[in-house]
Amino acid sequence: MNKFGFSISQGRQINYDEIKSDKLDKLLELVPSYKWCIGCGGCTASCSAGGFTDFNIRRIHTAFQRGQYDGLEEKLKSCMLCGKCLLVCPRGVNLRSLIINMRRILAGVDVVTWRPPREDRIDKQLAKQNEKNKRI
Amino acid sequence: MKSISIIGAGPAGIEAAAILAAHGMSVSIFEKSESPLSNITDKAFLFPNFADANDLAHKLAEKLKSPSITQHLSTEIVSLSRNGKGWTLKDNKGQSYSSDLLLLATGYTPFDAHRKEELGYDIYKGVVTSLDMERMIRDKAILNSIGEKPRRVVFLQCVGSRDEKSGNHYCSKLCCVTAVKQAIELKKQLPDTEAYIFYMDLRMWGQHFEELYRESQQDYGVRFVRGRISEASGTFDGRVQIKAEDTLMGLPLKMTTDLLVLMVGMEASVGTRCLAKEAGICGEYGFAQSIDPHMDDNLSAQEGLFLCGTCKRPMTIADTIADARSAATTILSLA
Repeated sequence: MNKFGFSISQGRQINYDEIKSDKLDKLLELVPSYKWCIGCGGCTASCSAGGFTDFNIRRIHTAFQRGQYDGLEEKLKSCMLCGKCLLVCPRGVNLRSLIINMRRILAGVDVVTWRPPREDRIDKQLAKQNEKNKRI
Repeated sequence: MKSISIIGAGPAGIEAAAILAAHGMSVSIFEKSESPLSNITDKAFLFPNFADANDLAHKLAEKLKSPSITQHLSTEIVSLSRNGKGWTLKDNKGQSYSSDLLLLATGYTPFDAHRKEELGYDIYKGVVTSLDMERMIRDKAILNSIGEKPRRVVFLQCVGSRDEKSGNHYCSKLCCVTAVKQAIELKKQLPDTEAYIFYMDLRMWGQHFEELYRESQQDYGVRFVRGRISEASGTFDGRVQIKAEDTLMGLPLKMTTDLLVLMVGMEASVGTRCLAKEAGICGEYGFAQSIDPHMDDNLSAQEGLFLCGTCKRPMTIADTIADARSAATTILSLA
């Protein structure tokens, strides 16, 4: 197809008639404080990762809100969950929870029964401990 | 005691008339419409507390019942002139009225949405103004162009305000909060309908306005998009397609909606324009000019001619009533 040296461009337009709101509805259910967001960009301005990379958390969550999921999962990996954004947000949005839950939803994790990996490890340790106790 | 003519029987004219009459002044109030307060009675509920507009209209109308107030309804004042130290007014039927003092309360007129042709008002049935929406809310009949419940309603801010192309650089001040109020009313009546508000800035300057904005997000799920809709076009099924830039995303967007509500701004009314011009007290954009916005906001450059309410600039009803009281105090202290 590249014989002619050009290809058909994909439209860049956000088409609201094709956006499904299920992911956003889920996110708002898990992080109700996100309803308060006014898009001020305080989160991006304070972001440790954003100072050195093109990670822009305000743009990422706005894109999520607008149903533009392409590449978001990869971009969200830049966040170190330091929580500075959470301290500056004038509307009190729980941004750390927002980021974690965006990651979960984008990864297709069953958000109802999902538990963080760290807790899984603790579970395994506890299980091991229990095994030991039984043997004794 | 001196006599005063008040032009305009809206909240400003009536509130000032009531105070001046209570202090023994003989008041004549002139209104071009058949009934006073038509700009309040065509509203449903008032921001920020959802007070019933008719209750307020009723309270104000009661104040007109003073025996010292003479009402001249369906009387349009078309010219004013000096008469010694006083004033002479002429109405559209050629009748003259004289008084010692004159208070201009000629108010505003909503921006005519026909002037923004690209937004399709009166071209596509799904495009309405904020006044049409207010009536639909009042009558509990929010319907799309084919008489069905709308699935989506889009509000567009700054129609005829902050717009070089309309010749209005100023902000009309109350459309922001009005859109939020109307979106909440819409969601109260039709919870399943999506509501979007397109804005350039949201100017929630008054007490409880910001709280109302937050409430609309939190409890009613009203969605906000920063960007100005550039054009509207009709679809084959009677809906409206809009184009805008989502400036927070830096991407263009398109959306089909059942209703596009144009939040029209406030302009100087015809009466304000003509009479301010005739009296030589024209300010910007056809509004009347006070001497000083801080200390002498009810005085004009003409002695014995006072100003109150939206003949000076866009104001909320609360602002207007406060300004009318201030005008009455000024007049009493000088008369």
